[in-house]
Amino acid sequence: MAENADPAQEWNLKIQPTSSFFELRLKELWAYRDLLFLFVRRDFISTYKQTLLGPLWFFIQPLLSSITFTFVFGKIAGIPTDGIPQILFYLTGLTCWNYFSECLTRTSSTFTTNSSIFGKVYFPRMVVPVSNVISNLFRFIIQFSLMLVFLAYYVFTGANVHPGPLILLTPVFLILMAGLGLGTGILVSSFTTKYRDFTFLLSFGVQLLMYTTPVIYPLSAMKNSSYKWLIDLNPMTPVIEGFRLAYLGAGEFTLSDLLYSTISMFVLLIVGLLIFNRVEKTFMDTV
Amino acid sequence: MSKAIEVHNISKLYRLGAIGTGSLVHDLNRWWKTMRGQEDPYQLVGQVNDRSQKATSPYVWALKDISFSVNEGEVIGIIGKNGAGKSTLLKILSRITSPSQGEIRIKGRIASLLEVGTGFHPELSGRENIFLNGAILGMRKKEIKAKLDEIIDFSGVERYIDTPVKRYSSGMYVRLAFGVAAHLDPEILVIDEVLAVGDAEFQKKCIGKMQDVSRSEGRTVLFVSHNMAAVKSLCTQSIVLKNGMVDFEKGDTELAIQHYIRAEISASKILLRNRKDRSGRGRIQFTAVEYLNGAGEIVPSLISGEKAEIRAYYQNPEQFESINNKIEVSITHPEGIILIQFNNFLKNFPLKLNHKEGYVSVHIDRLPISGGQYFINLLVFSNDLLEDWVIHAGSLLVEEGDYYGYGVSSTGIKADHTWEEN
Repeated sequence: MAENADPAQEWNLKIQPTSSFFELRLKELWAYRDLLFLFVRRDFISTYKQTLLGPLWFFIQPLLSSITFTFVFGKIAGIPTDGIPQILFYLTGLTCWNYFSECLTRTSSTFTTNSSIFGKVYFPRMVVPVSNVISNLFRFIIQFSLMLVFLAYYVFTGANVHPGPLILLTPVFLILMAGLGLGTGILVSSFTTKYRDFTFLLSFGVQLLMYTTPVIYPLSAMKNSSYKWLIDLNPMTPVIEGFRLAYLGAGEFTLSDLLYSTISMFVLLIVGLLIFNRVEKTFMDTV
Repeated sequence: MSKAIEVHNISKLYRLGAIGTGSLVHDLNRWWKTMRGQEDPYQLVGQVNDRSQKATSPYVWALKDISFSVNEGEVIGIIGKNGAGKSTLLKILSRITSPSQGEIRIKGRIASLLEVGTGFHPELSGRENIFLNGAILGMRKKEIKAKLDEIIDFSGVERYIDTPVKRYSSGMYVRLAFGVAAHLDPEILVIDEVLAVGDAEFQKKCIGKMQDVSRSEGRTVLFVSHNMAAVKSLCTQSIVLKNGMVDFEKGDTELAIQHYIRAEISASKILLRNRKDRSGRGRIQFTAVEYLNGAGEIVPSLISGEKAEIRAYYQNPEQFESINNKIEVSITHPEGIILIQFNNFLKNFPLKLNHKEGYVSVHIDRLPISGGQYFINLLVFSNDLLEDWVIHAGSLLVEEGDYYGYGVSSTGIKADHTWEEN
């Protein structure tokens, strides 16, 4: 095949049907870091232009959800909250959950929403999901500060809330939420390119997933439940419980739980990346 | 001279039709076979991509065993009619999709321009979009920064550079987009027909820029186009693709274009006998349409600015005679606008139409419409009564030619004219 190729010639790019399966191509992603930040900037500008309230919208949504949860799950259903003021309890859970689920849902539509760009030019497709995760961080920060305001209020009024030293683990929790969302998202996105069924499954699935995560109930309330194994299996469980323990002083969280979440995240990310890299090569034929 | 690109037996298999449950079965079958080290079963049933023939297999080779090599600094044109595989080849070269078989080796940084202004965001300012678009095309931020002034200058939108591009006129938008593209700095540039943008003056500027780039900076360029005038002026060598295969090996552009035009001549009559979507009494009916070039050869497409003939075949089984016969051949834009009406009454030319089978011809001296896809409509009256009316009797492909004789393409209707300045 290579009889007319000059052996001394160095090729720096080979285009082949399939590359080796075990190739994460992170170096290439790094080479495109400028694009990554330009995408984040674009998302930021385009979201707030021509809205009156701008980022304020991100306060309103979790606040209303927390109030609703307080009524439905707290007052009517009477689900305990570990002695934490209800609204603060739900707000903490939702702050974490929203970041995770935003990362997941936005990432999972990577191929379908960007097909017009992807069909015209090549760049490592992972740039888009990673930029999504970073753009969403901004939204997280807004919701997080809202949560801090409520926390400060309850600490000063002497409620049963005790932030602890685990607060130092906040960056770790954040990375776990982002990583789990991203990992699951790229897996789903790889499947949606050909079979759109997964799109329908996703919005439904995310909702179901929330109920197997201690967002509206504390893990301690599930001690005797026969579904506890399902909740324990969910790698988001330790993240939210740990986050609550850190900021509110109530939650069931051990270091081995943290390890479980971390390992799950790496497995999801690596498997997701391998499949994603494979799909990106031919998705234009099937999208 | 060292090679910049080597293409080895590239093939691409596509599945026709929709993706649904059937494709899941095929996927599983393929996965099972390849897992056991067998050949992909669907690559065996792939067919040559000839769109005029009805497919018997749902798999088709959009490209089959394409091989060629490009030396550093060469400017190569890739010609072929729609569906010949040009775009697929471009997509593979640009890594938008990967080949089913074969390998391409590339030396140097490659950038592809399949469209100008990819990723432009309407809310962002011109300046911000330069950075975004540049980064999408593979430039680093500092490279863009270094060229920013040059890009702004080239596009001539300095005044609006901090205005969101949604407020731009379409011309400004395209100029800015092309400005970024023209300042890309890769060793190899793959270009689709993006030159067909903007006003004539700007097009000339772009072609000039391309020529500068390839000649003085010694850049390798692959240029895919329908625009024979542009290919002629830019490319020294060309390749002709047909039905997904190389039809003319890399060689002199002039010869390649001749080969391309001659190869397409092979009969392509549009038959109308079985058309049901027609109205009229039907004593006279159209049976076929044909396009012919200046040399009287049947061609699948006409070239703007050159001699053309449209031939409409009719049948008059009863051979009934009438004096007031009127035939109208019109060319419409895909959006339905009539561009040209040819009618024997307009030229006061009486038609008898009394043969059992016969044809009428419209001879056009210099085809005045620009490159694109159009429709032909046919209409016949006898004694002011509608006999036959076929809307969209056939599509008409017009290739952009050199109407004005200066190698610059234009859009819209063309007309002979002169200029004066006082």
